[in-house]
Amino acid sequence: MAVKKIGTQTVKFDSPPVITGTSSIVGPKEGEGPLSSYFDVILKDDLFGEKSWELAESKMLREAVKSAVEKSGKKLSDIEYMFSGDLLNQLMSASFAARDLGIPFYGLYGACSTMTESLSLGAMTVDGGYADNLVAVTSSHFSSAERQFRFPLEHGNQRKLTAQWTVTGAGAAIVSSSGYGPRIDYVTTGKVVDLGIKDANNMGAAMAPAAADTIVKHFEDTGLPTSYYDLIITGDLGKIGKEIAEELVLDKGYDILKNYNDCGLLIFDNKAQDTHAGGSGCGCSASVFCGYIYKEMMKNNINSVLLISTGALLSVTSTQQKQSIPGIAHAVSITNNRC
Amino acid sequence: MKKQITKISKEKEYKKYVNKKVPKPSYLKNSLWAFFVGGAICTIAQFITNTLKDFGLNKTDANTVTVIIMVFLGAFLTGLGIYDKLGKKAGAGSIVPISGFANSIVAPAMEFKREGYVLGVGAKMFSLAGPVLVYGFGSSVIIGLLYYFFTR
Repeated sequence: MAVKKIGTQTVKFDSPPVITGTSSIVGPKEGEGPLSSYFDVILKDDLFGEKSWELAESKMLREAVKSAVEKSGKKLSDIEYMFSGDLLNQLMSASFAARDLGIPFYGLYGACSTMTESLSLGAMTVDGGYADNLVAVTSSHFSSAERQFRFPLEHGNQRKLTAQWTVTGAGAAIVSSSGYGPRIDYVTTGKVVDLGIKDANNMGAAMAPAAADTIVKHFEDTGLPTSYYDLIITGDLGKIGKEIAEELVLDKGYDILKNYNDCGLLIFDNKAQDTHAGGSGCGCSASVFCGYIYKEMMKNNINSVLLISTGALLSVTSTQQKQSIPGIAHAVSITNNRC
Repeated sequence: MKKQITKISKEKEYKKYVNKKVPKPSYLKNSLWAFFVGGAICTIAQFITNTLKDFGLNKTDANTVTVIIMVFLGAFLTGLGIYDKLGKKAGAGSIVPISGFANSIVAPAMEFKREGYVLGVGAKMFSLAGPVLVYGFGSSVIIGLLYYFFTR
């Protein structure tokens, strides 16, 4: 019997898994942003000494894992599973990194929702008693994403005002059965929601209904008040998506206006850095969580967070076939209720 | 059936709602940029043509050489990473002239060099400009045929 399941989409852990260490690596542009001081490594060159951007992204992911393992006081051989994914076709970054790291590997595709997807599955694996230490990690790279999904970099086109800027970054979190750090109490798994948005330059609007749906489900299932969280933060809805999510959640009777924010709005200074609607990509919520949020939680400045990474499940083919953009969002509830 | 209808109306409603949230670009500023940059590119080309004519080239030759020079300049500035910055401001002003066409060929060629000269550069070079060529050639054939049948 599913004794840990509460409500329709949420799991409540018996012995909440601990996040014993995190690490974040970002590119030069992210390093110039407002969260600069929170990242562990800021690359000077977004090729990271590699021959291609894809290999650079994979290296970021790999290095993030190594450094998170070290910071959690463990050895690479202690890590029993790696839950990881990225945006590239057939998960090149994650699987190439897993090849080098030699950790048993589950490859995930949740587009930009991968951080909370991997944390959710990781936490379930640990609480289920299947592992003591594992890593949840994801990455994205502006240049590798642009060439896969949009135009060549040197092409002289204009970006739309609703467009977002893919974050060059990776974030890794070590999930353990015991240790010191914030704990994962609940996870709420999202459904795919699609309200018919077709504009790939307005992914915030495409993903906002999925985010709102998951947030509402989380509060319905857990019965928690919205004020329970110091911070409710979505992955990469950007300026327009955030506004929409706020209103959609309010529409269902939950007021999150006071404690709600979006990783995509924190990572860049949209005006000064010309990033239009904000940051996006797997690396957005990954680096913001593993950098900013985790460090603030360790300092007890933030004590309870609902992290909702948001993904747009489109592909180049689906866009060319004029299909709308399905959205997904998974929520992970992380608190400082240390034992 | 009923479910289908409510789904569509919900999507329509949402689209309307989203459209209200989408910021409008500054049309006047963008148009001015496009007008002046596009105009400047054409003026440069005209200047080159006139100079060539002064050197004694006939009109057809001068035009051909001008096109070659403009394509070279577009490609060169793309290689230096300047053309995309210009395009960001000028939009159609720098895309429509032939230097923009050069940009749309050189940009993917540069981008896909890492995949090799055959499957990368060779295969991807016309990924943006390809459709322009296909329909350009296609329509020229149709016009040619019309010309052949109706003016002889």
